[in-house]
Amino acid sequence: MKLYEYMGKELFAKYGIPVPEGGVATTSEEAAALTEKIGSVVVKSQILSGKRGKAGGIGFTDNPSEAREFAGKLLGSELCGLIVEKVLVEKKLQIDKEFYLAITVDGAAKKPVILASAQGGMDIEDVPEEHIVKMPIDVTIGMQPFMTREAVRRLGVTGPVGKQIAAILLNLYKMFSELDAELVEINPLVISGEDVIAADAKVTIDDDALFRHKDLPVVEERTDAEKKAHDLGLSYVELDGNIAVMANGAGITMATLDLIQYYGGAAANFLDAGGGAGEEQTAKALELLLSKNPKAILINIFGGITRCDDVANAFASVKKNMGIPVPVVIRLVGTNEEKGRQILRDTGIETYEFMHEAAAKAVEIARGN
Amino acid sequence: MAIYLFDDTQVLVQGMTGNQGSFHTRQMVKYGTKIVAGVSPGKGGQELDGIPVYDTVAAATEKHRIDASILFIPAPFAKDAAFEAIEAGVKVLVMLPEHIPVQDAMAIMALAKSRGTIVVGPNTFGLVSSGKCKIGIMPNQFFVPGNIGVVSRSGTLCYEIVGNLTAAGYGTSTVVGLGGDRVVGLNFIDVLKEMEKDPETEAIVMVGEIGGSAEEEAAEFIKQNIKKPVIAYLAGKSAPPGKRMGHAGAIIERGKGTFDGKVKALNAAGVPVAELPFQVPEMIAKTLKK
Repeated sequence: MKLYEYMGKELFAKYGIPVPEGGVATTSEEAAALTEKIGSVVVKSQILSGKRGKAGGIGFTDNPSEAREFAGKLLGSELCGLIVEKVLVEKKLQIDKEFYLAITVDGAAKKPVILASAQGGMDIEDVPEEHIVKMPIDVTIGMQPFMTREAVRRLGVTGPVGKQIAAILLNLYKMFSELDAELVEINPLVISGEDVIAADAKVTIDDDALFRHKDLPVVEERTDAEKKAHDLGLSYVELDGNIAVMANGAGITMATLDLIQYYGGAAANFLDAGGGAGEEQTAKALELLLSKNPKAILINIFGGITRCDDVANAFASVKKNMGIPVPVVIRLVGTNEEKGRQILRDTGIETYEFMHEAAAKAVEIARGN
Repeated sequence: MAIYLFDDTQVLVQGMTGNQGSFHTRQMVKYGTKIVAGVSPGKGGQELDGIPVYDTVAAATEKHRIDASILFIPAPFAKDAAFEAIEAGVKVLVMLPEHIPVQDAMAIMALAKSRGTIVVGPNTFGLVSSGKCKIGIMPNQFFVPGNIGVVSRSGTLCYEIVGNLTAAGYGTSTVVGLGGDRVVGLNFIDVLKEMEKDPETEAIVMVGEIGGSAEEEAAEFIKQNIKKPVIAYLAGKSAPPGKRMGHAGAIIERGKGTFDGKVKALNAAGVPVAELPFQVPEMIAKTLKK
């Protein structure tokens, strides 16, 4: 779960990481009032996208009526495909230097890793590898002060500024581990005179750990249909083509999409059904798949625990009781596959033994041949 | 020979009396796995088809030699169960659960490394030395003995590939599911190393997918260290760019993780890449003829 910048900064403040003076506004009046109070400010639209600045979502002013006008323009408007519901009004910083500082999970090392660079401010992807400090952390000892001193040394910083960066790093790791974060990123970390301040906040919390962080705010990024699928225990993603896809397992779902592309088609959406095969769940899954008005539905089931006759019965009864408005192509193998195929044949649904045959057929139907 | 699991491997099931635990315990026994004990807190003294159930892993190890353990434990409690098994001296730990918090996974891997425990998963279907010992949830009928080693990041996709191989007359020596999470125990390189040494394995199939850098790292390793023929299948050629990749994640990978990047790395290591599942047995046939 990604957090908005203002939420990340509230957490930074809680963990002793300095952030600029400021506040959140949901109306243009509030933005004007904050500007009146703070003086010279930056007004930042709060959306979960990294391209806010280039899209015109960030502005500077020291005039409350200008702030009112700018916030009024942003609030409720669409930016990078997202609706702006809040703006963050903050004191404008005098910038002497910008650093990059983050902690994330390094899957290959199986450890958290510190990422730091003296070339902050720009996209970190564009910073040459030799200008990035990378330090893995052994979770059995956690972040120790000597590691933060070493990170600061490698950044080439000394004096009081170096001490402050080291302190921030220690707090950042505390926040990373206590909140079950996948990413805590400060870019830029601004040096302003003697002060070191987090000018931006990017925080991602591990979805799988949210059960133990009931006090965190909830940020919903999924579409309504994706959320509905999640609540059903299904994983659902929307795409742009015209073939709806359902399979059991993430890998086999991807392989199914590959085959559709191989035969010249495109998927409208896909649903990873996991192991469920009941009539009610199948009906709900079909409802989701049909929400994108596909021309065909391709089902790919490799039944291990899932029994093919259960899958077939579920589809047969949905077809009989509710009807399925578009052609369905099913590939069904595994436990009780013969039984399953017979049930579907009797209901007039085509079945296949190999997934490439089924994919080819679905593409042909979607083309209208 | 096979690797990791053998004819005489003695297995513990943690969470054996639950719905999934009992169902799959029976499936594993049917396959020929020597399940010697189960653990379910509060159920000590009970039995499942004659297999004794204990309250704790330590209690089970007092009565039985335990070589490996499999967890049928809900994700929020998996870390505790994994620590319990590792501290009791279990040497192979198979972690089925998905949705284990990544920080828990990192803590488990750190402890396992210090104790010399091999961890498979989390979010895996398990592993099997075909005809000898299966620890996991895969359908029994597709895993027949043979000379192909298979190592996979994905579950049903691995069944698909093994199913294709079996239909073409190729059995498997050992099949390992690495698990689909960001932080897992065994990786491609660990398994390749063992398969290279295993006299029963003649050729190796890697089943990979887009994202991460595991395939690229494996390719680099194969170039230097693996003499046996390796072929790869990769899923996700058509997948849209991932939503979950943050800035920091992207820089660790540095242009790795894409389908094309992985194919390039593997090809450079002399590993041909199948783009569709049915091409795998054809490639194996070609490779073994050479």
